[in-house]
Amino acid sequence: MSNPAPALETLSYAFPGTKPAGPFAPVLAGVVGSGNLEVLLEASAEPVCRFDVQTSARGFGSIWEAVLGDFQRRHDLAGVRVSIHDMGATPAVVGLRLSQAVAQLRTP
Amino acid sequence: MNALARWDSQRRSREARRARAQSLADGKHVAAARIGALLQAVIEPGDRVCLEGNNQKQADFLARALAALDPAAVHDLHMVQSVLALPEHLDVFENGIAARLDFSFSGPQGARLARLVSSGQIAIGAIHTYLELFARYFVDLTPNVALVCAQAADREGNLYTGGNTEDTPAIVEATAFRSGIVVAQVNEVVQALPRVDIPADWVDYVVPSPTPHVIEPLFTRDPAQISEIQVLMAMMAIKGIYAEYGVQRLNHGIGFDTAAIELLLPTYGESLGLKGRICSHWALNPHPALIPAIEAGWVQSIHSFGSEVGMERYVRARPDVFFTGPDGSMRSNRAFCQAAGHYACDLFIGSTLQIDLAANSSTATLGRIAGFGGAPNMGADARGRRHASAAWLQAGRESRSGLRGAAATPRGQKLVVQMVETFREHMQSAFVERLDAWTLAEQAGMPLPPIMIYGDDVSHILTEEGIANLLLARTDEEREQAVRGVAGYTPVGMARDRRMVENLRDRGVIRRPEDLGIDVRLATRNLLAARSMRDLVQASGGLYAPPARFRNW
Repeated sequence: MSNPAPALETLSYAFPGTKPAGPFAPVLAGVVGSGNLEVLLEASAEPVCRFDVQTSARGFGSIWEAVLGDFQRRHDLAGVRVSIHDMGATPAVVGLRLSQAVAQLRTP
Repeated sequence: MNALARWDSQRRSREARRARAQSLADGKHVAAARIGALLQAVIEPGDRVCLEGNNQKQADFLARALAALDPAAVHDLHMVQSVLALPEHLDVFENGIAARLDFSFSGPQGARLARLVSSGQIAIGAIHTYLELFARYFVDLTPNVALVCAQAADREGNLYTGGNTEDTPAIVEATAFRSGIVVAQVNEVVQALPRVDIPADWVDYVVPSPTPHVIEPLFTRDPAQISEIQVLMAMMAIKGIYAEYGVQRLNHGIGFDTAAIELLLPTYGESLGLKGRICSHWALNPHPALIPAIEAGWVQSIHSFGSEVGMERYVRARPDVFFTGPDGSMRSNRAFCQAAGHYACDLFIGSTLQIDLAANSSTATLGRIAGFGGAPNMGADARGRRHASAAWLQAGRESRSGLRGAAATPRGQKLVVQMVETFREHMQSAFVERLDAWTLAEQAGMPLPPIMIYGDDVSHILTEEGIANLLLARTDEEREQAVRGVAGYTPVGMARDRRMVENLRDRGVIRRPEDLGIDVRLATRNLLAARSMRDLVQASGGLYAPPARFRNW
C-alpha cells in the first residue's frame, strides 16, 4: 500500500477545577470501536482536569473543546487525567461515556 | 324540475364501461392474460384512477398492466393514491398514460418524482396526509376506477384482505358508491373465504395475479442495531414524558428510537413501577419490538393501520390485544387507525430529519418530493377533540397557564414529541436555522413549505442532551432557546444563550438526564428486553416468523 493510513489526531486540553478528586483507582468506560470510544480516568497531582484525546476523526477540535469544556463546567474536577481513544464517536456518545465514567468515579 | 335534465350520467358511463368489458369476463372473473384489454375497456381518458399503493401491500400486477397500456387509447389520467412505492407508479406518467397526481407519500420514489415534476411530466395537485386524501375521495377526488389489492376472492367476487386490509375499504367505498369501477387483483381464488372484508357487490372484476402481491415489512427493526444513545433517549422518554403525564393511549412513529422505547417497557419501565400506569392502548402496526411488552402484560389493545410480515401467527394467538375477525386473522384499516391516532391517542412520538428554531420539523430534503403519510395527523393537536384524559388535560394546563382571554379557555392538548439525536450519520445536524423544506417549496413551486409537524403542535423535543418542554415556553425567544438548549454541539446548539438556557432549566422547561434522576450507567444495550431478532422470536414463543432478510442467526 502506497498510502499510509491517515494519522490519528491528538488534542490536549487542561481546564482548572476546584474539586480535587483525591486518590482513586482508574476508571474505564467504553471500548474502542467504530463510532465508539474509550474513556480512562486516572488520578493526577495537577490542580486541573487534563484531557488527552486521540481520535481517528480529524478536524473536529472545536467540538471536542466544547464537549470537554461543558463536562468540566458541570463537574469542576481537579487532580484528574482523562485519556480518550476515539473512533469517530458522535458528541452524544462522547458525552454519555464521560457521564458514565464520572458516575463510576463517584461510586464509593 | 327540469324534465330534460339527466341525473345519471355517471351510472350510464359505468354501464357503458361494463358493456365494453363484457366479453372479457366470466362473471366477475377475468384471466390475468386479459388484464390489459380489461383496463383499456373500463378506463377512459381523463379518468381519476386509484392504483392501490399502500404503505405496505401493493397492487403491483395491476400497476404493471396500467403502465403497459397504449397511451393513444388511455391518457391524461389523474392518479389519486396514498403511496407511490413502485417504479410503475411513476412509469404511468413517464409513458404518457397519466398526467396529474394527488398523493400522500412517495418514500422510495421521492427523487424520481421530483425529476418528473421539474420536467413537467407530472402536475401535482397536492400532497396530503392519509386521512386528508381519503376524505377527498368522498368530496372532489372520487376515483372513476379503483385498482385494488386483496389476498383472496371467492367465485362471487367477495374479497378477503386480512391483516393488510390497509386502504382498501376507504378506496372501494368511495368508488363503488359513486358509480365507479372496482378491479381487484387477488393472490388466489378460493371456494370459501376465511371472512368477507369487501362484499362482492362493491367489486366489478377480480383478476388472479400471476405472483402474490408485493408486501414490505416496513415496521421491523432489528434490536441488534439499537445504540446506547437510543437506550438513553428511550429512558428519558419513559421517565421524563410517559410517566410525567401518565400516558395510556399512544402512537409510535417508525424507527429505532421508538423500538428502543418499546423494548425498555418490560425492563426500565417495570423498574419504575409503571406497568399499568402507561402504554396500555396503542394505535400501532404490529411492531415485533413490542412483543416483550405484550408478553409481560403491559398492553391491553392495539389497533393497526396495516399488518407486518411475519407477525400473522403471533397476532392470531393474541386476540385480546389485536383486532381480529371471527376467522381469527387480523384486520387492519388505515383510515380508522389514523382517526384513532388523531383523536383517541394522548401522545405521538416520532423521529425527523430536521428541526428549526420554531420547532417546525420536516423529513423533506432537497431533490426529493416525499410527503409525510400519516405523521402530520398523528403529530398534530386534535382541535376537534372533546373527551378528557389526565395526560391531555395536564398538557393543556401547562400550555395555557398564565394566558388570558380566548387563549385561556380551558382545553387539553395532545403530546407531540420529536425524538432526534442531535447529529445524524456523517455529522449532519438535525437542528437547522432554516428547513430544507423552504428551498424545496421555492424550487418546486409549492404553495407551502412541506413541513411535517408544525412547531406549535410540538410539545416536547427529546435529544440525548435532554427534553425541551415547549408547552412551558412563554415567548418565541424562550422557545428558540429551549430548542437550542437540547441541540447539543450542533451549530444551532453552540449558539445558545447559556444564561437563558440555565434559566429554562431552573424552570423545568429543559430537563437533563440528571435532572430526571436517570442513572446514565444503566444506558447500555443490556437494558433492552430483546437484543436480537432471535430474542424477539423467543419472546413470542416461536409465533413470530421474521422475513428471511431479518434471520441473521
